[in-house]
Amino acid sequence: MCLGVPGKIEEIKGDDPVFRIGMVSFGGTLREVSLAGVPKAVVGEWVIVHAGFALNTIREEDAMEVFDYLRQIAEYGAKELPREDIYPDIKDIPDEGTQ
Amino acid sequence: MKYVSEYRNREAAERYVEELHKITTRNWNIMEVCGGQTHSILKYGIDRLIPDAVELIHGPGCPVCVTPVGLIDKAISIASDDSVIFCSFGDMMRVPGSQRDLLSVKAAGGDVRMVYSPLDAVRIANENPEREVVFFAVGFETTAPVTAAAVLRADALGLSNFSMLAAHVLVPPAIEAVLSSPGCRIQGFLAAGHVCSVMGYTEYEPLAEKYKVPIVVTGFEPLDILEGLHMCVTQLEKGTYRVENQYHRSVTRGGNQDAVALINRVFRPSDRKWRGIGEIPGSGLEFTEDYSSFDASVRFGVEEMSVEEPSECISGLVLTGERKPDQCPAFGEACTPQHPLGAPMVSTEGACAAYFRYRRTT
Ligand code: SF4
Repeated sequence: MCLGVPGKIEEIKGDDPVFRIGMVSFGGTLREVSLAGVPKAVVGEWVIVHAGFALNTIREEDAMEVFDYLRQIAEYGAKELPREDIYPDIKDIPDEGTQ
Repeated sequence: MKYVSEYRNREAAERYVEELHKITTRNWNIMEVCGGQTHSILKYGIDRLIPDAVELIHGPGCPVCVTPVGLIDKAISIASDDSVIFCSFGDMMRVPGSQRDLLSVKAAGGDVRMVYSPLDAVRIANENPEREVVFFAVGFETTAPVTAAAVLRADALGLSNFSMLAAHVLVPPAIEAVLSSPGCRIQGFLAAGHVCSVMGYTEYEPLAEKYKVPIVVTGFEPLDILEGLHMCVTQLEKGTYRVENQYHRSVTRGGNQDAVALINRVFRPSDRKWRGIGEIPGSGLEFTEDYSSFDASVRFGVEEMSVEEPSECISGLVLTGERKPDQCPAFGEACTPQHPLGAPMVSTEGACAAYFRYRRTT
């Protein structure tokens, strides 16, 4: 139900932010996708599409993170991971507690 | 395919599994919230690769499965009206109401159509001005923005023949319902990646804090799930409980505020009944005043319909992780995907259907 499929924006039609339509390529097949949720997206960007709607743009720089994490575990051991380096968002979260 | 096949890399998956075995020193119960994750876990056999000590409990994260019988009956009542073209996601067609399902309405001559997007339903309304077109808006926060966008488009087109049966559900109140139930044995969560693509994960932070459980926002491919599990078990072993984000390529802490703004224009939170679970405060969405003219339950006068749920299906226990699907006496006998007694056997993301399809017995 929450299936999201990555696709690349090949063309954008219209300029009203709520009604912009992207022609999005899924492995070569083009489909019309509503860009109402990604008003700043431009041609060439990748988006995650669910039910004909782009949920978000994919952050290219984070796409290989899953492998970086593996490398970090190998290097530091799971207990000593320098989490903040790979997860900058975590800094915003109040400090962890202990059980 | 880019952004898909790399996350199915076998060698990396094996290394994750190996690392998980290394760090796990005791039993942990982890709930994956989303039905899409349940499906991946069974499809790729992740439950069999990870240490026996890590038990995966399948959560209520299938909007089809938690749509109450009363709402299905409302849909069936509207769809049976000759003036109506009733549009729905395919998943809902075979979910049993108290008497029958949408597919049988179609078989009896009703104009029931499967659509890929609510925007398709708006197009159908635009092409058929003499007919009433109703969309059955089922889904989590992932689907709510496109539903809202469809209402905005219908409004901009001035379509007076388009309406929606709003059946959206929200994830954080359901997680809280699971965590606050007295028999809860869940120690950590994998939160649903695409829900968080829209909403971000600030709503989960007070839950992690209050119930002292780690929550890891996780994607849907095998490596996503394995990394999410590794992060969750690492926290459990260390005794920490914070919200972490595995699904970095799509999720930020604050979420997609443009998509959230669409939801908030059209909908506001409401109390909502979940099939098999009961009412969860603030767990649904209803139309705001400005868009209340799009409410199909008012337009077709079905607001007050309500029915009892059938008793033989234990989907409530399955959806809260208290029972595995194959522990239901009806599983695979009275209840199969061909003859489902409950919604979790219908939806491809329902835990019962996934167990049946991938032949799991515990
Ligand atoms: S196996 Fe069928 S009857 Fe049992 S809980 Fe699942 S859907 Fe309900």
